[in-house]
Amino acid sequence: MDNSKPSKDLFVPVDLKDSESERLTRPSLSFWQDSFNRLRKNFGAMAGIVVLLILILMAIFGPYMNKFDPYSQNLDHSFIPPKVPVLENIGWLGLDGVETAIIEGETVESAMTTVKLRMGPENAEFVETRVISEGGNGEPAKIEAKLDIYKAKNIETSYWFGTDSLGRDLWTRTWHGTRISLYIAFLAATIDMVIGVIYGGVSAYYGGRVDNYMQRVIEILVGIPNLVVVILMILIMDPGILSITIALTITGWISMARIIRGQVLKLKNQEFVLASQTLGAPDNRILKKHLIPNVTGLIVINTMFTIPSAIFFEAFLSFIGLGLPTPTASLGTLIDDGFNSLQTNPHVLIYPAIIISLIMVAFNVVADGLRDAFDPKMRE
Amino acid sequence: MEKLLQVNNLKVSFDTYGGEVQAVRGVNFEVNKGETLAIVGESGSGKSVTTKALMRLIPQPPGRIKEGEILFEGKDLAKYSEKQMQKIRGKDISMIFQDPMTSLNPTMKIGNQIMEGLVKHQKMSKSQAKKRAIELMELVGLPDAANRVNQYPHQFSGGQRQRVVVAIALACNPKLLIADEPTTALDVTIQAQILELMKDIQKKTDSAIIFITHDLGVVANVADRVAVMYAGKIVEIGTVDEIFYNPKHPYTWGLLGSMPSLDSADDELYAIPGTPPDLLNPPKGDAFAARNEYAMKIDMEQEPPMFKVSDTHYAATWLLHENAPDIAPPPAIQRRMEKMSRDVQYQTKGDRP
Amino acid sequence: MARYIFQRVLYMFLTLVLIATFSFFLMKMLPGTPLTMEDKLSETQKEIILEKYGLDDPVPIQYLKYMAGLAQGDLGISFQFDNREVTDIILSRIGPSMQLGAQALLIGTALGMLLGLISAIYHNGFLDYSSTFVAVIGKSIPSFIFAGLLQYYVGLKLGWFPVALWGTWEHTVLPTIALAMFPIAIAARFMRTEMLEVLGSDFIQTARAKGVNKFGVVFKHGVRNALIPLVTVMGPLAISLMTGTLVIEKIFAVPGIGEQFVISITTNDFPIIMGTTLFFSFFFVFIILVIDLLYGIIDPRIRLAEGEK
Repeated sequence: MDNSKPSKDLFVPVDLKDSESERLTRPSLSFWQDSFNRLRKNFGAMAGIVVLLILILMAIFGPYMNKFDPYSQNLDHSFIPPKVPVLENIGWLGLDGVETAIIEGETVESAMTTVKLRMGPENAEFVETRVISEGGNGEPAKIEAKLDIYKAKNIETSYWFGTDSLGRDLWTRTWHGTRISLYIAFLAATIDMVIGVIYGGVSAYYGGRVDNYMQRVIEILVGIPNLVVVILMILIMDPGILSITIALTITGWISMARIIRGQVLKLKNQEFVLASQTLGAPDNRILKKHLIPNVTGLIVINTMFTIPSAIFFEAFLSFIGLGLPTPTASLGTLIDDGFNSLQTNPHVLIYPAIIISLIMVAFNVVADGLRDAFDPKMRE
Repeated sequence: MEKLLQVNNLKVSFDTYGGEVQAVRGVNFEVNKGETLAIVGESGSGKSVTTKALMRLIPQPPGRIKEGEILFEGKDLAKYSEKQMQKIRGKDISMIFQDPMTSLNPTMKIGNQIMEGLVKHQKMSKSQAKKRAIELMELVGLPDAANRVNQYPHQFSGGQRQRVVVAIALACNPKLLIADEPTTALDVTIQAQILELMKDIQKKTDSAIIFITHDLGVVANVADRVAVMYAGKIVEIGTVDEIFYNPKHPYTWGLLGSMPSLDSADDELYAIPGTPPDLLNPPKGDAFAARNEYAMKIDMEQEPPMFKVSDTHYAATWLLHENAPDIAPPPAIQRRMEKMSRDVQYQTKGDRP
Repeated sequence: MARYIFQRVLYMFLTLVLIATFSFFLMKMLPGTPLTMEDKLSETQKEIILEKYGLDDPVPIQYLKYMAGLAQGDLGISFQFDNREVTDIILSRIGPSMQLGAQALLIGTALGMLLGLISAIYHNGFLDYSSTFVAVIGKSIPSFIFAGLLQYYVGLKLGWFPVALWGTWEHTVLPTIALAMFPIAIAARFMRTEMLEVLGSDFIQTARAKGVNKFGVVFKHGVRNALIPLVTVMGPLAISLMTGTLVIEKIFAVPGIGEQFVISITTNDFPIIMGTTLFFSFFFVFIILVIDLLYGIIDPRIRLAEGEK
């Protein structure tokens, strides 16, 4: 820069418009736009949203994607391993409809006998065997046995996720179960939200004695472990979608109520609300302009955390024998079922387990992302 | 006078989501042994960042020293490793922070917090350090020190805590003490006590002090020289008399004009219009131009260099250029400056040789 | 402080009495009695059985007897196991459950704290992202899924540890890992946030300005201040482990309270179900109380504030 000899005509005063000095240098964004921008930059959360959308679509349409019915049994086709057209050629995926087992025995002959028993004598001609080790010297003999059940039983169609002990198609059952689990979770989360927001909001908004009594009630309820409440409720009601949902909501709304109460109390005493009151804003304006927008984010985040915990509890109840009655499928009952045949037919467990894990991780990641996005402290 | 610290063309930036925020944009100044330099400026002008950069306490990332030298006793601290800096911090240079309520570790006894530096830098034993800690607490005017060394910060009042912070900073007789708005968070009466304490201690230990503040009253009280910062740059630097009696930069005029005094109760306070520029995209030309009622065309296009007013007094404004029209500070500010200069003379008499 | 403890203990008893009352009347509403299965008994036989279970009195008397029994630690008699007291059954099975829970809690929080610490120190670095990933997985995926994976791959395929049952320490490895995933995740996340907040606070800057090195800053000044709030999540964690043991014990056939509980649900053994839920409730309330008091002891600010009252 040539600072030494600036030309003379530059040394004339300029007229500054007022707007110049007061001009805001950044575009103004509404709270929601700003939050959304931040959420969009969060890779994990966006991936979570995509995964959730896919899973929800599959829960809706998945059961209609093949010709099977979630309840119809075919005992002849029990424990068929999964087979997916195209993907069957990728060996390590295990989607080729071939049951593989490594059988040990004292000698090769005795191992062969075990193979026969394991794979079923009627399938003997379809079993391919390969001797891995001859055994001897205290070492057992090892045989790898492969059976293409689809060939053995002459099954034309493919069971994409395989079948269970009663020969029901697991693809249909899994997506059906996902639908029911999601349904229970959304319902429970909605009820929790409604009760919690009303309870917390009323308690904080009216304050004083009302708040005092309402908080005593909460204090006692919080002391009761929700595990106990849920189990007791299920015991007296017959297990079913509705009773499980009710059991989940009996204690579920408390955390929402506490969060809402805390936030409203905090907001009520904040300067911008006091300022608004001083300027003569009526109650419903304060509610609409200040309280609701500042609480909405919290409600959304908390609900996003409630949903996976409801899914977990549903599965948990199924697991301890208090879940949906047979033959209804939910992710919980499917997983419980899967454990019964984990040693011989792990495919029964693996797909519902993957889906429940995906749902849980996705909801948690999205909820985390939303929390970060809504947190105005991060605003830069 | 012997130079203790010389800062050359220091630039500090923060990398944020929005881009590079240039918090400090080329700062030059020096501090002599035993003197007090005040850095004044509004919030966000880069005064805190500058001093934190001196101690290399800028969190990295997002912050980084982009350019420049920090010559402390001739050695460039900007090139020091973290290990080397740890030997300087607390020993040669130490720092007093703004908020005494949060600058002490809440779960550590006061005594241990004072002793920490002593044990580290002066290789004292625990008992020696404790003895010295009690002495320091007495030096900074905390009564009943022998008992209070074992107390926790929450058992002290705000003013007392700031005394503790001062004691921690003084523990190893630093050559340079950086005080980052040490009185802002305190009551006015306590402010005066802490200022007196610091002046007192400077007399005893002969440390140099860099005093950051936005309170010009405090500046008049403690400083030998003053640097005025705006938008990450020093816009005017001079002795306290030169800045108060003969300010040259329009921003300094604004600062002085916005300072209330008792006998100017009838006058309207002068307020600098507008807000400081966004350092994410610093404006072209003089950063102050948009708020400067004396702005000229050249202010919009070129950054002003430092013009020399006297051997000790420099200002970065095109108004000092030979081609610039002769502009005197606005009459209201002139009047206030005259009044204040009488006050300042009165206030500082006896404090300065 | 004494008044505070007294108040808390009082609240605890109130909650327990409420839970006990609530479960007693729920039990009365339940469809099953010891007689449902045995229609062919004569009237006298039925009377004898009803008397044995204290079911011949009017309900209010039954309630008082039940509460009096509770006060003495008597949880009634099991339907399923003749003449065995519920208290005995629970006590005989408490060992494995406690061992599993304690191992998972200790190992889990220790590992989690380490992960969280690493995350905070290398904030936004590769290690941070990796440990955050582990934490998200551990927090989201239910323990029974981990249990299934461990059982199938580590137990069955690799054969490193026993697939199920109880006995040597090797038997505890897989269930402990499955159970510890949640505490690891929670402790890691919590430690990370707390540590980041502490490391960003003013007193850390003071410590750095004193010339304290990185190790000193993190461990002497940071960890201690981050640990205090961590105590508050220990309670909820211990309780979530309680839920976890129910399924984990079932999967790994561990002879603990949880396994018995699940069996009792399938056999409609209500005295055991009620007894176990009451036992869980007591445990829950007790843990919350202990954590509360512990918090007061650890934090000098609370300790003194209470003491000065």
